[in-house]
Amino acid sequence: MSQPRPDQDLVTDRGLGRLPEGLFEQRAAEVIALMKARASRPGGADPGARWQEEIISREIPMGASVLDLGCGDGFLLERLIRERNVRGQGLEIDPDQVFSCADRGVPVIQTDLGAGLRWCPDKAFDVVVLEETLQTLQNPREVLEEMLRVGKRGIVSFPNFAHYRVVVDLVARGRMPVTPRLPFYWYESANIHLLTLRDLLDWASSSGVRIVSGYVLVDGVSRELGPDDDLLAEEVLVVVERA
Amino acid sequence: MTPGEKETARDDGPEAPDSAGWTSAHTIRLVSAETPIELELGGSLGPIDVEYETYGALSPRKDNVVFIAHALSGDAHVAGWDRDTAKNGRIWRQRKAGWWDAMVGPGKAIDTNHYFVICPNVLGSCYGTTGPASRNPATGKPYGLAFPMVTVGDWVKLHARLLDALGIARVHTVVGGSLGGQQALEMALAYPERVERAVVLAASARLSAQGLAFNAVARYCILNDPNFAGGDYYDKGSGPDAGLAAARMLAHITYLSDEGMHEKFGRRLQDQSEQKAGFGIEFAVESYLDYQGRAFVERFDANSYLYVTRAMDYYDAAARWGGGSLVEACRRVRAPALVVSFDSDWLYPPGDCKDLALALAKTGVRVTYADVPSRFGHDSFLVETRKVGRLLRGFLAH
Repeated sequence: MSQPRPDQDLVTDRGLGRLPEGLFEQRAAEVIALMKARASRPGGADPGARWQEEIISREIPMGASVLDLGCGDGFLLERLIRERNVRGQGLEIDPDQVFSCADRGVPVIQTDLGAGLRWCPDKAFDVVVLEETLQTLQNPREVLEEMLRVGKRGIVSFPNFAHYRVVVDLVARGRMPVTPRLPFYWYESANIHLLTLRDLLDWASSSGVRIVSGYVLVDGVSRELGPDDDLLAEEVLVVVERA
Repeated sequence: MTPGEKETARDDGPEAPDSAGWTSAHTIRLVSAETPIELELGGSLGPIDVEYETYGALSPRKDNVVFIAHALSGDAHVAGWDRDTAKNGRIWRQRKAGWWDAMVGPGKAIDTNHYFVICPNVLGSCYGTTGPASRNPATGKPYGLAFPMVTVGDWVKLHARLLDALGIARVHTVVGGSLGGQQALEMALAYPERVERAVVLAASARLSAQGLAFNAVARYCILNDPNFAGGDYYDKGSGPDAGLAAARMLAHITYLSDEGMHEKFGRRLQDQSEQKAGFGIEFAVESYLDYQGRAFVERFDANSYLYVTRAMDYYDAAARWGGGSLVEACRRVRAPALVVSFDSDWLYPPGDCKDLALALAKTGVRVTYADVPSRFGHDSFLVETRKVGRLLRGFLAH
């Protein structure tokens, strides 16, 4: 069920006319500047899809219990078990990935996150991880809510759809963006619920969720989330808990 | 395939480097006539002999024990080749290796270079452990239906006694498929401090109504065979062979899947040249079932089939340990668990197996649950040796 958005009228033609004077031009200029500044630069080393794991490993207390939603091949949980001595449990829908987890000795339950976490008691885990999975879910909001029911804390990471390269790709080419972080054409992408940094922050503030800490990937380097990262952040990672 | 995983070798003779080789069963008197054990459903029994096999070597610290529980029609002969067929008369074993030979041996998933493997035959069966065909000390004749009703709980108590007798405090892993999986679960519930890991393959916490129904028909076939004679057929010319064969034919249908049967047999005629317009063996699938029925009569006792299927019917982990709640029951478990279902299994359907996995997870036990894609139905746990082997290898090593 959709809730009315505070900026609902912006989607109407009349509403567009009420955009603050010069806002769009200012944003467009920012995007162009970002693009030009980086076009001349040699590409930095790609930290790979695993940049979050360094941070997740730091954020998770020694010996914590960790539930990893959509744990893939179990790489992260294996690391957490090894480095942080966590009691780890993964959930994963893809049988091939489940086998990879089993090879690593990572406990994994083959299940669909959409089917819910009803089996799981409240606050059963210290931390629940949702790494690069949110945007692939049928029912992302329910999973976020469940995450904070079964876990004391949640860690969520996702690609930011407002990243300037995404915006350029969309506006300049008029097609669904294909970028290093969103490498799939629309018809083959598992990303069915793309969102932005701002969307996530909106969800948090409207759902009584506190951002404990936040990180962004900017130009291949991770740093703490700043106040003005909407266009800069290629990926976002937030640690959240019930306010 | 993961590194180190072997191709399933059909070259599985006793001389093959990864074969458990020639095997000899052991028999041990676990219960004497003087001090019989009390059984769960009443009555007592003694003496009790148990036949078991072992493979590999027990480590000095006795910490490398893999305990295997066999299924309904299984036996202690898990792997390798029986050296004693001339003596014990189990000549069918001359044609093939033990029932899980693909999984157990040097370098295999349950690697006998590392693990000491034990498998006993269950109470009431007919492979060397005391059962309805054993001599009743009260009459001097075979028990027949005078044999007391036995349960999975009774079996697992005896398993614990066997471990005691071998001086083994804890098992590294208990593993079983189907009815063997329920024994593995029961061991983790009844003796949580003695089980370090539990593997439940193609089994759930209890049989479904459909499963009960299959067993009911199987027993009906046996009980209504004119040669059944109230179970007192041992000294007669023939036993309830037709009934037992029919029971086995039905069981084989439940072990396969519609898709698997279609693929294996389709509507193929056994004699490709003609349809004979009679009631003999016409279709390939009929021939298969007929063969399975006959072969089973050669190697299994009808009374044992009654007792063992009943034990399977009665087992209900939730009722037994949790007052009806599977989660409450699972709170007893200390062992990390591996639960595996097969998506075409209709005897222990994936949903029921997953319920068990989730109940365990709910109590905080570390659980791996995989629903393996396969067209081989319930038989998958025996047939899908590569996939099951991979899951076992990872689970045992961590």
